[in-house]
Amino acid sequence: MSQIGPIFRALMRNKVGALLIALQVAVTMTIIVNAIHLINARGDLMGRSSGLDEANQLYVTSVGYANDFDAPYVIDTDLDGIRQLPSVDDAVQINAIPMSNGGWSMGLQTKAGEGENSVPTALYMTDEHGLNTLDVELIAGENFKATEISYRDRNTRDWPQSVILTEALAKSLFPDLSPTEIVGQTVYIQSNEPLTIIGIMDHLQAPWTGWTTVNHSMLVPNKFDSPYSRYLVRAKPGQREQAIEQVEQFMKQREVGRMVRETETMTQVRMDSYRGDSALQAILWTIIVVLCIITALGIVGLVSFSINRRRRQIGTRRALGAQKADIMSYFLTENVMITSVGVILGIAGSVALNMWLVSSFNLPRLSYIYLPIAMIAMWTIGLIAVWGPALRATQISPAIATRNV
Amino acid sequence: MWLYYTRLAWLSLKRHPLLSLLMSGAIALGIGAAMTTITINYLMSADPIPEKSDRLFYVQLDNWSPNEPYDEPNEPPDQLTYTDATALKAQAPAQLQTALAQSGGVIEPQGLGKEPFLARLRLTHNDFFTMFNSPFLYGQGWSDSADETGDRSIVLSKNANEAIFAGENSVGRTVRLEGKEFRVVGVLDEWVLKPRFYDVTTGAFNEMEDAYVPFKVKETMELPNSGNTNCWKMPEGEGFKSFLTSECVNFQFWVQLNSAQEQQEYMSFLNAYVEEQKKLGRFQRPLNNRLTDVMGWMEHENVVDDDAEVMMYLSLMFLAVCLLNTIGLLLTKFSFKTGEIALRRAVGATRMQLYQQQLVETVFIGVAGGIGGLILAALGLLGIEYLYGDQVKDLASLNLPLLGIGILLAIISSALAGAYPTWRTCRIPPASQLKSE
Repeated sequence: MSQIGPIFRALMRNKVGALLIALQVAVTMTIIVNAIHLINARGDLMGRSSGLDEANQLYVTSVGYANDFDAPYVIDTDLDGIRQLPSVDDAVQINAIPMSNGGWSMGLQTKAGEGENSVPTALYMTDEHGLNTLDVELIAGENFKATEISYRDRNTRDWPQSVILTEALAKSLFPDLSPTEIVGQTVYIQSNEPLTIIGIMDHLQAPWTGWTTVNHSMLVPNKFDSPYSRYLVRAKPGQREQAIEQVEQFMKQREVGRMVRETETMTQVRMDSYRGDSALQAILWTIIVVLCIITALGIVGLVSFSINRRRRQIGTRRALGAQKADIMSYFLTENVMITSVGVILGIAGSVALNMWLVSSFNLPRLSYIYLPIAMIAMWTIGLIAVWGPALRATQISPAIATRNV
Repeated sequence: MWLYYTRLAWLSLKRHPLLSLLMSGAIALGIGAAMTTITINYLMSADPIPEKSDRLFYVQLDNWSPNEPYDEPNEPPDQLTYTDATALKAQAPAQLQTALAQSGGVIEPQGLGKEPFLARLRLTHNDFFTMFNSPFLYGQGWSDSADETGDRSIVLSKNANEAIFAGENSVGRTVRLEGKEFRVVGVLDEWVLKPRFYDVTTGAFNEMEDAYVPFKVKETMELPNSGNTNCWKMPEGEGFKSFLTSECVNFQFWVQLNSAQEQQEYMSFLNAYVEEQKKLGRFQRPLNNRLTDVMGWMEHENVVDDDAEVMMYLSLMFLAVCLLNTIGLLLTKFSFKTGEIALRRAVGATRMQLYQQQLVETVFIGVAGGIGGLILAALGLLGIEYLYGDQVKDLASLNLPLLGIGILLAIISSALAGAYPTWRTCRIPPASQLKSE
């Protein structure tokens, strides 16, 4: 530690070189802190549960085009057939696929009348197989009965009497009631039309993954009379591939004047939905790794040069009795001093960049836990980088002091 | 003399090959990252129709709920109702104007082995093709009377014509769409708009449509809605008609206005129209009509992805690190040559000459870094395309202006990196370094 004084004075003789390394460390740290923060924020988004049994689910789209296409008949017989396939656990017609970013939303209110406070929710139409096919559990109340299910088409304006809500939606509507108390309550859709809550399900995401109220979903006991129809299929555990094959084969061999679009698994839907996020993560990781390597190599280069320049000094010190460890600790201390300046600037830079990102792009605020981690990382990178050149410096023979250059 | 400097520079670089590689490698990485992200941003924010983007205007009317705005702060909806879209087309004072909507339908190509397919449809008026400079391969847009009657005419995209008619001139032939026969009046040539500015409601970089049919067909064939349908009030009454007469917005509207005066006239018409509608009990919000030109609308709809912008700023900082790195290395390297430089000064070289000599060495590193950077940018764009897939189709390619930006960036970067070290080296007084040796 007694070396700090002389090292500092020696550094002051080459201010620009040291300052450049410090600046490099500062900017590197600024980027890394914010990049890791972004990576984690996206990771949190992607880590949210959809509430589904994604590994075993798939959906298939049927589009009728024949003039005599009879949608309800085709839908009912399709579903009967698909449900009987050996690899299929259950299947349901559904108007929107979770995470697909396309669907219906409606507003629910606890008081009837226009202008009353309304809570937005995604709307899924399913029959009594909906809960099982989606793999959501009821935490209170009961499922739809087969007799409740009715067909609606795009011009139908009224709604069935009963609905099942997610717990999150139920809590937003009735913050003071427990799930069991909420069952039996009435909510209003389209301002005035009453619906009775018959069940509360644990969790089901809305189709829009970027939606602020993504946990607000409700099921209504409807099938949709339209030539354009999606079936969500849940395969028996581990039998998704067989299910894809069997469903496609079943659908295609039926001649009912429709085309069958490509099957999509829920795994693919999730990947597509979060593609931008996972791409951003990959790019940021690349930037972080390359940046660390460049900064480390830069330090290696600069230190090597400065050691070369000081070969005679080092030799002289050795000849005057300095141990190898003294030489080593000289360069390590020098590096820690420079890095520390960089790290302090880096803290300021990281926070400033984050504040700007928050205000310009609505990104989440930085969690300060990243700062000490990044500081330790920068010191470690600096020490690793300086280790090799410093070790070579210790090999300089004391005899060099006696030679002419 | 320059040749001599070049040789000296080459020798100097070769003396420390790893260091030279590190310096130009760092510049290359920095430029590669910056160019990759600049390219994406540049192409996302490009003017899709530069020849007339300041004469095409997007129309917004505020038919939203009296209780709350469509979007804070007091933004009108981003689309129109069917009622207003058709009324504007019929009454508004402009030579060229068109309503638009997305829809979809099954096309059944005739012939063995041809499978029916779901076509993306654009419902529009015939002005569309003139306003947006659609390139026709065969035929042309439909007639005015088709716009009025909803005559079943169709314009096919090049790809659709390829799929249905094997690319032949199909004008005059019929296509079966949603179970009805449509007469082909035109076939478009390859046509890609990035962004597809005329409708960005479901994504600015979506694919172009497979076929275009008269707007009126929406009504006559009761075609389904695609894209976003937003309602503040549910349709009243029964049937498809009730949707068309509802306050639900699902339609876009563009108008071409060639002068400030035309703009003013059009705006006064819009205001008068809304006032008229207010008397019928519609439009209960304060007057809030908007005319926005193409680039203004792209800005308003935020077509440049925030992520792309954030990445660009981060990669510019990354470039800064690479430059700092190179400056430091050059500085140290040059300072190592002080002896040589002092000697040359002592034997008569001017500062200018030495400056030029060092500059040659810097330029070497810069050029190598620049070339490497452009290669890395090309690789980076391939990587982006791989990561984002269809989302960035046609947005991840270098073109001539971008290459220019890249080269400029390389020059500026290496000048920035080289200027200070070069300048400092040349300030060495002739005698000082000789003494000590």
